[in-house]
Amino acid sequence: MSTYSVTEPSGRQKWFAGILVVLYAVITLLPLLWIIGTGFKSPADAIAYPPKMIFEPTVEGYVNLFTTRTRVPEEQLKELGEPTTWYDKLVRKDGVIITGASRFAERFTNSVIIGFGSTVLCIVLGTAAAYAFSRFKVPLKDDLLFFILSTRMMPPIAVAIPIFLMFRSLGLSDTHAGMILLYTAVNLSLSVWLLKGFIDEIPVEYEEAALIDGYTRFQAFYKVVLPQAVTGIASTAIFCLIFAWNEYAFAVLLTSGNAQTAPPFIPTIIGVSGQDWPAVAAGATIFLVPVMVFTILLRKHLLRGITFGAVRK
Amino acid sequence: MLQSPIDRIASATPPAVAARVKGLSDRAIAWLFVAPSIVLLLAINIFPLIWTIRLSFTNFRVNRPNAQVEFVGLRNYINILTDSDIWLSMQATAHFLIWTIVLQVLIGFSLAYLINKKFRGNDLWTTIIVLPMMLSPAVVGNFWTFLYQPQIGLFNYVVGFLTGSDPSSFSMIANTSLAPWAIIIVDTWMWTPFVMLICLAGLRSIPPSIYEAAECDRASKWRQFWTITIPMVLPFLMLAVLFRGIENFKMFDLVVQLTGGGPGSITELTSINLKRAAFEQWRTGYASAYAVILFVTVFGLASIYVKALNKVKQR
Repeated sequence: MSTYSVTEPSGRQKWFAGILVVLYAVITLLPLLWIIGTGFKSPADAIAYPPKMIFEPTVEGYVNLFTTRTRVPEEQLKELGEPTTWYDKLVRKDGVIITGASRFAERFTNSVIIGFGSTVLCIVLGTAAAYAFSRFKVPLKDDLLFFILSTRMMPPIAVAIPIFLMFRSLGLSDTHAGMILLYTAVNLSLSVWLLKGFIDEIPVEYEEAALIDGYTRFQAFYKVVLPQAVTGIASTAIFCLIFAWNEYAFAVLLTSGNAQTAPPFIPTIIGVSGQDWPAVAAGATIFLVPVMVFTILLRKHLLRGITFGAVRK
Repeated sequence: MLQSPIDRIASATPPAVAARVKGLSDRAIAWLFVAPSIVLLLAINIFPLIWTIRLSFTNFRVNRPNAQVEFVGLRNYINILTDSDIWLSMQATAHFLIWTIVLQVLIGFSLAYLINKKFRGNDLWTTIIVLPMMLSPAVVGNFWTFLYQPQIGLFNYVVGFLTGSDPSSFSMIANTSLAPWAIIIVDTWMWTPFVMLICLAGLRSIPPSIYEAAECDRASKWRQFWTITIPMVLPFLMLAVLFRGIENFKMFDLVVQLTGGGPGSITELTSINLKRAAFEQWRTGYASAYAVILFVTVFGLASIYVKALNKVKQR
């Protein structure tokens, strides 16, 4: 016996819907594929007309991303003798030589340090605050929670001026510590709101049982609640990491030589002759692909994360 | 209860921290847990905000630390509100805000509606559509300048291919009438999935029994759509609009990288305008007043909107 449901779409409707959605997905994916593809093009292929879909892949973009180069005259190139490494060989055919390492690796490392540093801090502070808001009678709880959320509405540029002055007088400007503190403050609202939602879902009875068994509040918190909240903490952590990773406004205003992260750096990559698109694309690929992977891993918690737990699905 | 020294030592061994606070009341623990977060937010959000407000009444300039700082009252505010350039940038922001929201709501809702038909593989495609939203707007925005290049850019090529026009005949970024649309297109590409996800959650929250009841009453599909689907999704949709509204009012990174506010100041949104005043012209006092005006605007609009949202939810 087959059950007929009025709410189940017909086969034809499904097909129609499927085709339209797939079409949109392909269009939306095109710029991303183009970034990844351009990273493997030679500079000439990258600016070819009509745009090349099929090309001979090369890692020149990646070599250019990690190095600084200079153009040398033909005779001097001959004097230098045979290139010793594969990447030397690769750039020599364009008449340039590698003069040193670029700052990309350094900027990328800064992104990793600041991203992970702020995420850890954010999770530690956020979990504690979320637990307290979830389980205890905190005076003015709703006001405090709203205050925490409202810090997110501020345009970053609006508070950038005093933060700039404050960091300068505290010696925190352009340092990793300063940026970690700043990103922690920026992401704390997200972390408290999300984690409170996750902890709210853990039944209070577990802790009560633990307390009756002679655990202290603290023990109950980290032996009973924390293991239960691990999934929530992990997904909150990835959200904090992604937001810190992508942040641009504060990074461009408050950092320069020392603690600059990758987002302000990648657009400034230029080659020996003008904008080097394969190198920019290579940098963007290295920077964006980890986020794409995390997004796929996170897909179940995505909605909750980006709406501060307002929509749970 | 008598406690022998041995017992005390035993309870003081691991976990040491727990033992130290064993005597603390729940109330004390609550404060201990909440305080660090509040202190950090006060230090890095509220203190700077108060400082901004204070600076907004002065003629302070960061690049002239030795100059006499004078209290100028409301002069900065009056200068800003009577400056026609600032009203132009407010207009640019409004244009950007309205069109991105309209397009994202229309496309986002349609996509959610289609995905909710539960065709095979809809999860996979949903995830793919969501990708752009999670990426760095600055890095992606920068790359879009490449896609927008006349002649060699993919965007121009595809548009040229579809419409039969010459791909090098137009420049999305350099043309004053196209540039506002260039930023709208990229923002829509990035953020439509956000609206889509929220709408999808809304659609999935509608119990099938309502449709079954409507079917029994012989309501047409069209009528079901307008009297069940739309009203039930509306609170979700309004929430999505709130989030997008606040985010796009603050918009900075994507547009700075895409057009840098140009050509001229056609796409100079308020955040970019503010950044110029604060970090290029170094008119700190003036920029602070500008920042306060923007913050009050976002906060005010958001509060009014949340009230409307709550009314819709109560219905």
